[in-house]
Amino acid sequence: MKYIREFRDGKLARRLGTAIANEVKADRRYHLMEFCGGHTHAIFRYGVQDLVPDNVEYVHGPGCPVCVLPVRRLDDAVELALRQDVILTTYGDMMRVPGTKQKSLIKAKAEGADIRMVYSTQDALNIARDNPDRQVVCFAIGFETTTPPTAVAIQQAKAEGLTNFTVFCNHVLTPPAIAHIVEAPAEPGETPVRIDGFLGPSHVSSVIGSAPYEPAARSYRKPIVIAGFEPLDVMQSTLMLIRQINQGRHEVENQYTRVVTRHGNRKAQQIVADVLECREEFEWRGLGTVPHSALRIRSAYGEFDAENRFALTPKASREVKSCECPAVLRGVKKPTECKLFGTVCTPDNPMGACMVSSEGACAAYWTYGRRREAALSKREAAE
Amino acid sequence: MCLAIPARVVSVEAGDMATVALEGIRKPVSTALLDTVNVGDYLLVHVGFALHKLSEDEAERTLKLMAETGVLAEELAEMADGPDTATEGETGG
Amino acid sequence: MSSPSGRSGLHPGTVDMTHGGGGRAMTDLIEDLFRRHLTNPILDQGHDAGVFDVPPGRLAMSTDAHVVSPLFFPGGNIGSLAVHGTLNDLAMAGAKPVSMTAGFILEEGYPLSDLERIVISMAEAAREAGVPVIAGDTKVVEKGKGDGVFITTAGIGVVPENVAISPAAARPGQVVLLSGPIGDHGVAILSKRENLEFETEIRSDSAALHGLVDAMISAVPHIAVLRDPTRGGLATALNEIAHASRVGCVLHEEDIPVRPDVQAACELLGLDPLYVANEGKLICICEAGDADRLLDVMRSHPLAMQAAKIGDIVEDDDCMVTMQTGFGGARVVDWPSGEQLPRIC
Repeated sequence: MKYIREFRDGKLARRLGTAIANEVKADRRYHLMEFCGGHTHAIFRYGVQDLVPDNVEYVHGPGCPVCVLPVRRLDDAVELALRQDVILTTYGDMMRVPGTKQKSLIKAKAEGADIRMVYSTQDALNIARDNPDRQVVCFAIGFETTTPPTAVAIQQAKAEGLTNFTVFCNHVLTPPAIAHIVEAPAEPGETPVRIDGFLGPSHVSSVIGSAPYEPAARSYRKPIVIAGFEPLDVMQSTLMLIRQINQGRHEVENQYTRVVTRHGNRKAQQIVADVLECREEFEWRGLGTVPHSALRIRSAYGEFDAENRFALTPKASREVKSCECPAVLRGVKKPTECKLFGTVCTPDNPMGACMVSSEGACAAYWTYGRRREAALSKREAAE
Repeated sequence: MCLAIPARVVSVEAGDMATVALEGIRKPVSTALLDTVNVGDYLLVHVGFALHKLSEDEAERTLKLMAETGVLAEELAEMADGPDTATEGETGG
Repeated sequence: MSSPSGRSGLHPGTVDMTHGGGGRAMTDLIEDLFRRHLTNPILDQGHDAGVFDVPPGRLAMSTDAHVVSPLFFPGGNIGSLAVHGTLNDLAMAGAKPVSMTAGFILEEGYPLSDLERIVISMAEAAREAGVPVIAGDTKVVEKGKGDGVFITTAGIGVVPENVAISPAAARPGQVVLLSGPIGDHGVAILSKRENLEFETEIRSDSAALHGLVDAMISAVPHIAVLRDPTRGGLATALNEIAHASRVGCVLHEEDIPVRPDVQAACELLGLDPLYVANEGKLICICEAGDADRLLDVMRSHPLAMQAAKIGDIVEDDDCMVTMQTGFGGARVVDWPSGEQLPRIC
């Protein structure tokens, strides 16, 4: 696996580990928010935290598209799926996410909803072609990375004149989310999140480039390093961030140069701009309503918008009370500070989205991090 | 965030499609988001689409940069003891 | 594929409700399709129950239900899988299989030619394993109420004296051996799933392991634990053992064999090979001093040529399975929550 395995090399990891240890100042802590769930996953999956000094702390960000989707939108998807005339296609990630009253797509499927797990929007189109007498709704989620494939599918559907294909569009944008995290005031009773720098989105940036983060780095005076998702990428980016912090710089730097350029993939950007436009505002789980942070289908392609084709009923969607997913997504709380974590909320019986997605902070803590947490608390107790 | 994997193009097909290989796995992917694609290119693949070409030069440069960073404990020992006790060659990945 | 009696080619037509109705059509199906291929002296007695002599020793009995989609996959089909699964259940208790039974639940409309291919491969697997299918049953359900073919089986075996293999027998200080690369079966199945298709040479590892187990027990009778890591993969099997034995387990990622193609498919679909199913691998937990001897025996058997020591049993009140990663860190290898689904993020 060329260009994968090399970036998981244990010896290079130790090298970077010593370099980071030499770079950190002993008299301070470094709070680094990894924006993306991909980083969270790499940190836990490979045990990166074990290889960096204790005063380097990773704060998990909201960059998990599954986790930030508000319950209301998931409830809408369940409603669509339960319609007799509809086949709902979804990425596997969404299947187990609990909606209101813990209702998930996997439970709707058990009730008879026709839900097909797909790997690509191309599969969704194929299902539409094969089932001309059914309405095929593509449940589209994800950041700027996953958006272009949705836009291409809509263009294809229009070119082919497919009349039974629509998209339930939930694509969201990362730069406004980063700005929101830095700007949002802490809620009553919360300690404001402390962030010294960001590990910036990697695959999102392959599409949009590194330039869109420059205003945020400038105006909030926070360094941002675009970081790949392999564990060595995370470590090298950590080193780059610590250097910037020590030198008082706050620039956008690009560690992931093998696929990220300053301007990204312009062709993909054009296709997205042709099909989709910015929403005035969109609700994010955890962040609340964030202006200009999501995309909807342009009126020129309105016939492919599931929100136009189907009348969705208003709902009193509700998250589980005392689920701390929102605070966890903003980075103000650790999963272990949630009362539900590990008691009523486990990956087998998730109360919130962060416990479902393999890159949700709660699931990552549960699956990979418990041992470390247990060891730390034993050590603290001993001290 | 998003799962995306670099894979090598083994054939380019009509209709903005290509077949990529990762070890022995072959998978058709859409190249609708790229201008040109050639056999041998490494593409970053996400949900069945190629998002970007991978720059092999940049990948090598990044790895080289990592290999030149930091010092391993055994190298420190080696420096202290002199070259005679060197046991392990450093390949840098 | 050979065609034993006068008829050439596979059975024409499809399953219909008369095949389960108890009349002529059912008898013909049983005679012409099942008994013809599965033939052995006990089955040929013609009873509904197979009557046989029991060798001395403690009896082991297992039951297994087989559903797999797709029914035919690279490296096997539901027929061979049903035999291997049943015999492996016996073998993991240290039992030598004696005989097995099979019940077929058929969906109306299922092609008889495909059913025959399944029965032929069941017969081949049973013959190869040296274990006869001594009784069977067939039922038909209406179209839409089944998934083509379901098979239920039962297996009977005998446990030799001095063998006390148990999932609760793992003790700190013992070591964990694995018979070969993980994840082949699960990835082979996924490669044929609708909407996921990819091209691969990976075949299911589906195989009967009792011969291997017999060789291992002959070399080291006091093996502590044997387990085939089927559904849920290596991670699930080790968690089950850790809980049953009230111990912890520390794995070494770099020692766990995974084929490059399996690793690649997992990267592509966002899966972890530790949680992917196997149908022809076993985990063996034994005293550290017996490990080399067992590994020698395993590596000289065709089904375990890549056998490796992959971890250690340790004391742990929390019964956790952890892993030293090749990267240099540590992680918990937890129980999975349901089937691993392909993911995009």
